[in-house]
Amino acid sequence: MKVLVAVKRVVDYNVKVRPKADGTGVETANVKMSMNPFDEIAVEEAVRLQEAGKASEVVVVSLGVSACQDTLRTALAMGADRAILVETDAELQPLAVAKLLKAVVDKEQPGLVILGKQAIDDDCNQTGQMLAALLGCGQGTFASKVEPGDGLVTVTREVDGGAETVELKLPAVITSDLRLNEPRYVKLPNIMKAKKKPLEVLKPEAFGVDVTPRLKTLKVAEPPKRAGGVKVASVAELVDKLKNVAQVL
Amino acid sequence: MAVLVIAEHDNAVLKAATLNTVTAAAGLGEVHVLVAGQGCGAVAEAAAQVAGVSKVLLADDAALAHALAENLAPLVTGLAGGYSHVLAPATAAGKNVAPRIAALLDVAPVSDIIEIVSPDTFVRPIYAGNVLATVQSADPVKVVTVRGTAFAAAAASGGSAPIERISGAADSGVARFVGQEIMKSERPELTSARVVVSGGRGLGSGENFAILEALADKLGAAVGASRAAVDAGFVPNDYQVGQTGKIVAPQLYIAVGISGAIQHLAGMKDSKVIVAINKDEEAPIFQVADYGLVGDLFQLVPELTQSL
Repeated sequence: MKVLVAVKRVVDYNVKVRPKADGTGVETANVKMSMNPFDEIAVEEAVRLQEAGKASEVVVVSLGVSACQDTLRTALAMGADRAILVETDAELQPLAVAKLLKAVVDKEQPGLVILGKQAIDDDCNQTGQMLAALLGCGQGTFASKVEPGDGLVTVTREVDGGAETVELKLPAVITSDLRLNEPRYVKLPNIMKAKKKPLEVLKPEAFGVDVTPRLKTLKVAEPPKRAGGVKVASVAELVDKLKNVAQVL
Repeated sequence: MAVLVIAEHDNAVLKAATLNTVTAAAGLGEVHVLVAGQGCGAVAEAAAQVAGVSKVLLADDAALAHALAENLAPLVTGLAGGYSHVLAPATAAGKNVAPRIAALLDVAPVSDIIEIVSPDTFVRPIYAGNVLATVQSADPVKVVTVRGTAFAAAAASGGSAPIERISGAADSGVARFVGQEIMKSERPELTSARVVVSGGRGLGSGENFAILEALADKLGAAVGASRAAVDAGFVPNDYQVGQTGKIVAPQLYIAVGISGAIQHLAGMKDSKVIVAINKDEEAPIFQVADYGLVGDLFQLVPELTQSL
């Protein structure tokens, strides 16, 4: 079974982002970029499936600017076999990404597609569900456990208040939650090896998909700041403040 | 045109998050609520009582018993033509189904809105709430998920909407519900509690959460945790408050032994009053706390419990 993993290049999670002065977006010039952490978990899961003999090939795909090749090389260093970049400088929103991924799925015919549940830049949490809809297949979102069987996959999902288990027919789409696994550290020899692995660059036009953004961002701004409060010296003072000043007790 | 709200429920009880979504919907037009499930008549009755709801659509079918997105989404897309907006709570269930509905309709969903500027323009947090984006949709039907803590709950009674039965859904044949493990708790639900007491890595172990539970019992509070405490295995993952966990905004949030990573702050910074108890006076949590208490939590928390 072939496994396709979609990865996104995002502002590194350690960077404190700031809106641009003109409010058109966030400052990304000279900012460290990395693979979306949830996508790292997705890649790790695919590689583990391969190591367990449950996946025959792991293909990673990214969509976006040329620099996404770095993200793909990271995935290859983690153990993926080959990579595909759908290269464009245009803004791609989740619906367009889902349509392009569907085209890649049609071409590659994987048994499983694994994505991160959300990207930590736009926090949309949409692409996996939309890809599953377009493919007409099952969706195992927010997965904390993935067990492929014969023609199907059993997925444990994190839901409000606990966990839920579903069984999906293959092909299926899975989105990874935090506790699915802990991604490995990439070792230097593997980084060197990854440089020699195949990386194919395609253009979105080749798929005949309309990627025009549907949502217009009118403004990007910082949220109202929460003013820091005061330190209290004792529990008695705290209780007094909560009762008489904040009036929440 | 009316607005369709997808009710969240477990076939027995209408979940509180639905009430916040109804309030958001009421700002957009006449509110219809879809109750899709199996044997969920009581939920439809409850939805009909919610203030501001003018009609309840009840789809009662075995294929809808577990709210599988694969079965629920086509049902909603069949109805969507008659609505300007389809709204769902931004809960695990809502986030699971809304994008599937949107893709079937070929529209761009808008996730996790915290404000409605106009019927086509919404404010939503990005980058873990460090930035707010105002986005405008040009799609004919807007498929939106609503962050519950950003909208007041509609009154659960006072309404008397008619209930209309609609046909059920076909089984997609691609997904099957196997089972679920839902944690039972006597405490209020984290996302709707008036008071939340949360613990972090500073608690040191799962056993030590007992001192938070004692405090929570005194306050009638829900118990939460930081991602660090969850990752360390102190408490189950559904305790997690933060960007990747639950978003809460109670009247009073007490953070104990939590340093205040951005990821955690994103989940609780809209609380009305924040109290932080931490031994490290430089901890970032103190920058958002209304009242900070520096010291040993193992001494201070029992003392606080005693004095209430």
